Amino acid sequence: MKTVLELIIGDPQADRAVPPTGSTARLTVFVAAVMAFLAIMALAISMTAGRVADLWAQELAQSATLRLPVDAQNADALLLSALDVLETTPGVISARALSTDEQEALLAPWFGPDLPLSDLPIPQLIAIVTDDATYDAEGLRARLQAQVPGAVLDDHSVWRAPLMDAAGRVRLISTMVTLLIAATVAAMITLAAQASLAANVQVIRVLRLVGARDGYIARAFVRRFTLRAGFGAILGVILGAIALALMPEGEAGQSILLGVGFAGAEWLWLVAIPLLSAIVAFFATRAAAFRRLREQT
Amino acid sequence: MIELDKVSYGFGGTTLFSQLSLALAAGSFHFLTGPSGAGKTTLLRLCYADLLARSGKVRLFGQDAAALDRDGVALARRRIGVVHQDCAFLDHLSIAENIALPLTVADRTAEAAQNLPELLNWVGLSAQAAQRPPQLSGGERQRAALARAVIMSPDVIIADEPTGNVDWEMSQRLMRLLVELNKMGKTILIATHDLHMIRTMKAEVSARVLRLRDGQLMQAGAEL
Repeated sequence: MKTVLELIIGDPQADRAVPPTGSTARLTVFVAAVMAFLAIMALAISMTAGRVADLWAQELAQSATLRLPVDAQNADALLLSALDVLETTPGVISARALSTDEQEALLAPWFGPDLPLSDLPIPQLIAIVTDDATYDAEGLRARLQAQVPGAVLDDHSVWRAPLMDAAGRVRLISTMVTLLIAATVAAMITLAAQASLAANVQVIRVLRLVGARDGYIARAFVRRFTLRAGFGAILGVILGAIALALMPEGEAGQSILLGVGFAGAEWLWLVAIPLLSAIVAFFATRAAAFRRLREQT
Repeated sequence: MIELDKVSYGFGGTTLFSQLSLALAAGSFHFLTGPSGAGKTTLLRLCYADLLARSGKVRLFGQDAAALDRDGVALARRRIGVVHQDCAFLDHLSIAENIALPLTVADRTAEAAQNLPELLNWVGLSAQAAQRPPQLSGGERQRAALARAVIMSPDVIIADEPTGNVDWEMSQRLMRLLVELNKMGKTILIATHDLHMIRTMKAEVSARVLRLRDGQLMQAGAEL
């Protein structure tokens, strides 16, 4: 805690011991800002993709579709029989036969509008809403096989599995991108710190000769780079937040491309990114400074 | 205070000196003289652990310099004020800030405000306090270096050619400041090739004169 306070408050007199390096300072702030902006974007896309996938998976998990065999002679009887099975099946919250208009709407993307559905052998569909806790798809299939032969129950598992898989991969890739950004920040800060240390060899020599400990010399560099990285990341986060605010909005779950951003506690990333950037810079500069000071002995 | 016991040192394959011994007792005053390239500066650097001996022992305040860790060396240097040949200032800082640097790096910045005006006045640099080192003359820089060497009130003061770049009058003034410090109990070691200055100062202070030549350190005698 004391170290953190010293780092933030610092000693203005001690800070002046190392001369300011304008170009290194500006570059560090710029790169930290760009990296923070990219991190915010990567995280926002990851979070949004995750939310959309979760929503889709949740909706698909709680619904199923029953397709009745095409039999114009016994269509009504089959429908009544199927609804009877569904109403007496544990875990089925509701079962509703789709109207002709709804079935036409489903086929419209492939056959166009004004499809004469009554003239075609289109199977009747029943939309089912289930309760995950007590619903048993295999049990229902067995009962339907006995009472409504030829009926096909689609519980959407074929659709849900790849969605869950895709969401997992998007999150994994996004996590990797975020880690790569953190590693890049560390590498960049290390290079900048090493350049600064190399440019100040004479200053370090003088500080040593008057009795400065390695910790004191390192602190002057560490404080500068930590604050620069933190400040740059704040700028990047602000730009990222503005960019997210300018993204087109959409209804939840409509598309990954709509409504990219954070929700709820995810907004804390805007605070966490500058802090993480500063922490990465702190340790990267500290390691570089002590390594360099040991080499200069 | 500082003791060199059968110390050897050299660069690359050459040996600058070997089996060299020297003891700086508390309150003593030593001149170190010898021709250019004899190793005077190297010997001084061994005395404040800026170099480590190839063999033999260098003891700083009773501690083996070779056994000190990096922080240990830093703490030992706070007890040794050094006036470097090139003054070794930080050109981006003012003269006052340069003089206060030993206190600053020891996290004793507050003491600087208390001691600095008196010290600047002692070395006659009050008017130049805000100037940068390159703006000062050679003599002013040497006096500033002396002020920086004594601001921590060290036990030992080591000066490497402190009068090398100044005129005779300024040389005498600087030497008198060092004699004054010796009378206050400080141990003084001055490397210089200015024999005339040594002869003049010997009248004012009880000093041992050591000559470093051909890798041997011996006490200078009547020839001075």
